[in-house]
Amino acid sequence: MVIWIILLAMTAAAVMAVLWPLSRHYAVARQADPDTQFYREQIAEIERDQARGVLMPSEAEAAKAEAGRRLLRATGLRGEAFAAVGEPALRRRRAASTLALSIIPILALATYEIYGSPQAPVQAPVQAAAAAPAAAQAAGTVDLMQAVAQIEAHLAKNPQDGRGWEVIAPVYLRMGRVDDAVKAYEAAVRSLPPDSDRFASYGEVLVMARDGLVSADAQAAFEQALTLDPGSPKARFYLARAAVQDGQIAKARAAYAQLLASSPADAPWVEAVRQEMAALDGPAGQAPAGESPDGRIGPEAIAGMVAGLAGRLEAQGGTAEEWARLMRSYAVLGQRDKAVAAARRAREALAQDNAALKTIDTMARELKLTDAQP
Amino acid sequence: MLVEAGHFALALALGLSLIQFVVPLWGARANDPVLMAVAPAGALAVLACIAFSFLALTLAYVSSDFSVLNVVQNSHSAKPLIYKISGVWGNHEGSMLLWVLILALFGAVVAVARNTIPMRLQANTLAVQALITIAFLLFILTTSNPFTRVIPAAPEGQDLNPLLQDPGLAIHPPLLYIGYVGFSISFAFACAALIDGRIDAVWARIVRPWTLGAWAFLTLGIAMGSYWAYYELGWGGWWFWDPVENASLMPWLAGTALLHSTVVMEKRDALKVWTILLAILTFSLSLLGTFLVRSGVLTSVHSFAVDPERGTFILGILILFIGGSLALFAWRAPMLRQGGLFAPVSREGALVLNNLFLATACATVFIGTLYPLALEVLAAEKISVGAPFFNFTFLPLIVPLLLLLPLGQTLAWKRGNFLGTAQRLYAVFGVSLLATVALLALRHGGPVAAPLGIGLGVYLVLGSLNEILTRSWSRGTPLSVAWRKARGLPRSAWGTAIAHAGVGLTVIGIAATAWGVETIGSLRVGERLGAGEYEVRLERVIPRVEANYREDAAILTVFGAGRELGTIETMKRLYVTRGMPTTEAGILTTGLGQIYASIGEVQADGSIGMRLYHKPLVLLIWIGALVMAAGGALSLTDRRLRIGAPARARTAPPAAVPAE
Repeated sequence: MVIWIILLAMTAAAVMAVLWPLSRHYAVARQADPDTQFYREQIAEIERDQARGVLMPSEAEAAKAEAGRRLLRATGLRGEAFAAVGEPALRRRRAASTLALSIIPILALATYEIYGSPQAPVQAPVQAAAAAPAAAQAAGTVDLMQAVAQIEAHLAKNPQDGRGWEVIAPVYLRMGRVDDAVKAYEAAVRSLPPDSDRFASYGEVLVMARDGLVSADAQAAFEQALTLDPGSPKARFYLARAAVQDGQIAKARAAYAQLLASSPADAPWVEAVRQEMAALDGPAGQAPAGESPDGRIGPEAIAGMVAGLAGRLEAQGGTAEEWARLMRSYAVLGQRDKAVAAARRAREALAQDNAALKTIDTMARELKLTDAQP
Repeated sequence: MLVEAGHFALALALGLSLIQFVVPLWGARANDPVLMAVAPAGALAVLACIAFSFLALTLAYVSSDFSVLNVVQNSHSAKPLIYKISGVWGNHEGSMLLWVLILALFGAVVAVARNTIPMRLQANTLAVQALITIAFLLFILTTSNPFTRVIPAAPEGQDLNPLLQDPGLAIHPPLLYIGYVGFSISFAFACAALIDGRIDAVWARIVRPWTLGAWAFLTLGIAMGSYWAYYELGWGGWWFWDPVENASLMPWLAGTALLHSTVVMEKRDALKVWTILLAILTFSLSLLGTFLVRSGVLTSVHSFAVDPERGTFILGILILFIGGSLALFAWRAPMLRQGGLFAPVSREGALVLNNLFLATACATVFIGTLYPLALEVLAAEKISVGAPFFNFTFLPLIVPLLLLLPLGQTLAWKRGNFLGTAQRLYAVFGVSLLATVALLALRHGGPVAAPLGIGLGVYLVLGSLNEILTRSWSRGTPLSVAWRKARGLPRSAWGTAIAHAGVGLTVIGIAATAWGVETIGSLRVGERLGAGEYEVRLERVIPRVEANYREDAAILTVFGAGRELGTIETMKRLYVTRGMPTTEAGILTTGLGQIYASIGEVQADGSIGMRLYHKPLVLLIWIGALVMAAGGALSLTDRRLRIGAPARARTAPPAAVPAE
């Protein structure tokens, strides 16, 4: 209710501001004619300038003549008198007043009715902000984004809180912020006591961040996980994949087989292990088609994409990053010889570009493609 | 409560503006002073409403009222107070509110100056100005409302874009907007003159301070924005020919032309129709700039098509004002009486030339900015027009203009003597040529552009000083007399000379960038990286945690000629809430040059990437802009009552110097 009283008072003030000049009696000739006055001032200025020695007498004369001509012209123009009195003027005033009295309130209230939220300010704003989280939580409506923002704010102040990092890491992963998830797990691993699952999850996000490549960091994390819990399926699975990428197919196959043997038949990872084994056994074409059951893209589809990338790079060339991606893809698929060949082709194609060669070398080192060194 | 009152005040301002548009226009037609008197009252009331509204939004930001959507999207409770306040205009909705606030402020100043402006001109001007206010208030209320509420209130805000959390942003938009909106007043005056069918030297005298003020602020705004981009974006560049930058450069070029043509109109009563057209075009370009930046059309024509509401609205405003004013111009301009005549070789002639060059330069920027957009719409092809295009088209237009500048300001009004004028610049020519040759010899083998450009800059600075000198001193005059005479020169003459010297300084600064050195390398702690005669050593890298960001700061010691010059810090920041990284450059100023270091990625082997630049004389670019604006401000304090005194035909004695 108070709000409406305030709004009405504001409206009244606004209308009055306009009605006030309409109600005043107009004093005729309030304003000296600015035109002629301006030219008179100009002539006076010329005289001042001449006295100060800025103008030569001859120039002053010419300028004065010019100003005089303009003054004459301006005086000639004048003549229309202001029409402030009489019946028509009175009618105009009334019409204008009515217009102001109606348009301002109607337009303002109508606009506010459409866009405003007069019912909103139940609480004073500052208290509202303070009370809101509790209220919203009670109602169970805390948005995921807001929860994340809150945890982030808390972690920014207390970066040592490993529990917080561990909570937020999977959330990041679900939101697709893989790099942030890596950082969060990193912080959690650093500040919490060692735990097998944590190390395995950390390794897994590292693998995701590198598009499926088991990097040295990830491998170290999985090995940590295994020392803490030799049975950890996640760690064993990815270490087997690392073996594939290093070209040790036999070792990988054995590791996969062991993992299958020690897992219950209905374990969620069994299907993924079978697929990886199938991919080892033969050319990509024989692997189960399409996407794997856990929603990831199957090896066959990946092989198709890699072939496409390879064909394009071969035909049209590409950037160092694209070549590096191709190398990494081959490594992920376990096709080391092809990765080495891609590195060689990349060096030929990018021979003129030192920065690009550096990128290729870095990638080759990372993938341990020792025989691809120049 | 306050937020709602602020919202309502905005709605009230809309109603008041409608009255301020209709009643004074009617009054001016009927020649009724009572109705015309509504204009100033309305303008003041509109200002009061919008200022209150702006205050309400600012308080919502300061108190972190997260029941307001705009605050949620652009603020954070942990943000420092200054960025809470600058965050008000660091977003689309708030910046539009600032736009109309400045518009209303200027309207109120026109309203208060009641005894210097003829009443009908004032009434018509304020009516046109009210129409602009209406359009933008409708835009804000319907498509970009900063007062939209979130119920229930959000617990925490999403923070301001970290690139914008910088003192530069706190000042840049207000300066730029004062410039843009200042031109709206020139535009309103031009339309008022067309409506009334009368235009004369009085008009020019009233309009010129507005143009001058707007121009000075726009100059500062552009310089500020350029410096901000220089130190915040971490690329070491200061101008990218980016469409957003061009959007502010176009009104500046047109405004500079307007400034000069108004001089002709004020002093000589000539070039009236052209001046009116320029006033319309300048504001149209300001609107276009607002459209380009605010509609999202730049990121992609398609993103504009996806969310067409705002873009279409601004396009509508654009068509209404540009189309409407040009139609008004086509209809009324032939009725305006032409003014004084002048010979081709004269100050007026030189200023016409200036206008031609500036207008053409503005047109090239216009084409370079809009052609890619048009192509994307018509042919669905995305191209980008970059620095090479502008260097090939813009520079050949600007260099001759700058070469003619000192000549033009020495010519006499009405009819000038070209040879006599050139004679007075002999010394200036000589010294500049000498400077160029000396620099070429000193930096033998370096880029040729730098000495040539610096020579041009020296020529401009000396030409401006020469103007003051020749007007106050001739051979045989004792120094005391000359000093008295120089002090007695009109302030506008000093302003002109200073502003033109500022152009020279900027030209020197730009030319010297050709001498800049850039190196990119990776550094471990203790290693060194060199750029030209300077070297930095990486001392340490320390992580820090601040209220709303984390950063890795690299501390570098700078050495020059074997001596330690100081330490700089360059930081890679991560703003936690938005998960957005930014780079803060480390800058060490030595004289007018700067050592500029920008941290890159951390490499796998623990070293960090580093870009290092040495930029000699780079500060002159912005100092020049500051000097230009200072010249404008000085000129603004002049009484401006002078007539351009025509020189006598033929027998112009060498000492007869044109007065301002």
